[in-house]
Amino acid sequence: MSAAHQEFATKWGLVIDIDKCTGCGACMVACQTENNIAPEKDASNKLRTLTWMNVYELKNGKEFPQAEVAFLPRPCMQCGNPSCVPVCPVVATDKNEDGGIVSQIYPRCIGCRYCMAACPYHSRYFGWFDPVWPEGMEKTITPFTSTRPRGVVEKCHFCHHRWNQAKDAARIAGTDPNNLPDGAYTPACVEVCPTGAMAFGDLKNPKHKVYELSRSKYAFRLLERLNTDPQVYYMTKRDWVRRQGDNYLPNEKA
Amino acid sequence: MEERQSNKAGGVGGVVLLFLVGFVGALVVGWWVFPQVLFSQKTQPIRFSHKVHAEQGLDCESCHTFAKTGQFLGLPSTASCAECHPDETGGTTDDEKEIDKFVTQYAKPGIEVPWLVYQYQPDNVFFSHAAHTGFECTTCHPDVANMDSPPPYHENRLSGYSKQTMKMWECERCHASMGTSNACYVCHK
Ligand code: SF4
Ligand code: SF4
Repeated sequence: MSAAHQEFATKWGLVIDIDKCTGCGACMVACQTENNIAPEKDASNKLRTLTWMNVYELKNGKEFPQAEVAFLPRPCMQCGNPSCVPVCPVVATDKNEDGGIVSQIYPRCIGCRYCMAACPYHSRYFGWFDPVWPEGMEKTITPFTSTRPRGVVEKCHFCHHRWNQAKDAARIAGTDPNNLPDGAYTPACVEVCPTGAMAFGDLKNPKHKVYELSRSKYAFRLLERLNTDPQVYYMTKRDWVRRQGDNYLPNEKA
Repeated sequence: MEERQSNKAGGVGGVVLLFLVGFVGALVVGWWVFPQVLFSQKTQPIRFSHKVHAEQGLDCESCHTFAKTGQFLGLPSTASCAECHPDETGGTTDDEKEIDKFVTQYAKPGIEVPWLVYQYQPDNVFFSHAAHTGFECTTCHPDVANMDSPPPYHENRLSGYSKQTMKMWECERCHASMGTSNACYVCHK
């Protein structure tokens, strides 16, 4: 629990190629299934929905035939300097583990929603309803992530359980659980993406694909000038898309 | 109108006696009655003797195995018990009758035995057996290999959890003494 920048030996990171994303929403569906987010009665009320992974539509604001759209999948950025952590009065959320994933402990959370107000990326969601699965669908509940009651805040955790599973597999196979090969740990959204727009791995490990990708000249992060130091990178070759990654003045270079 | 009365009958001695009776009563209720009421006692569906099996030369890992993926499989399935116990013994000793109970009620109809697990954790806890293989099983589990009958299972009537479940402070203390991280997501999911 501190406002200071946190650095660990491993830094799990996601690199999302916006130019490859078709906005199909498969990542959102995979996330909901993987992490036991119950189907919602009225998902049209966006002030009440839970979408740990949310795809935003970006527009260049021009008329046909210059009109262009792009899609931006938004998980939790697992900020190196997370705005959500120091505001939590009960230390229900913290960035204290190797890998840098920001934790969220539901039974500890008192639902004050300070963290939601603090997060600049709208990555956090409040549970307005108890999760209810229609009869028969409760069979889809996974043991990977615990279900949340109403009244607490939840968010993306890079499918942290998949990391635990990958480490266990390494332990039983006799390999080093702290030095996983590229691809041993992959979140559900990355696995399911049909266009391969997302890559996941250790941003500090040169053997992982994301090492190179995150250092590309086309890579950027959202609201970088806030110094939140996100562990999620985006890529695009389109200038108008890149300009939407931060609040640039009209005459400013992105 | 108010009426004040002094305790003339018992005096100071009576007050002390009353206090002691109340004090001891409170201790009995707190330390004995309440735990009795809080935990229900259950017995295992089959009186499985770990001792008999250990004496056959089986070790814990013979039945409590890991999957190749690293997940601990926990309890053996009815099918794997039935590999050795496919048919009734027809015997008359207590042990043989217990085996026959397993065969007729579970093995033949192919039903899993609803074993009561002393160490089940709440669903927001992640525990990796693979990470703890360096320890003896009995560091955390009761030493059932030396028990002929499984110990009674105490269930907390309020929470539904087993009384023997390892508590968070025990996990944290061991992690701290081993120099292992106590970060939230090491054990929570
Ligand atoms: S994106 Fe928001 S919720 Fe995630 S670590 Fe950063 S501030 Fe916290
Ligand atoms: S809503 Fe929960 S996690 Fe967020 S600041 Fe309040 S107690 Fe902490």
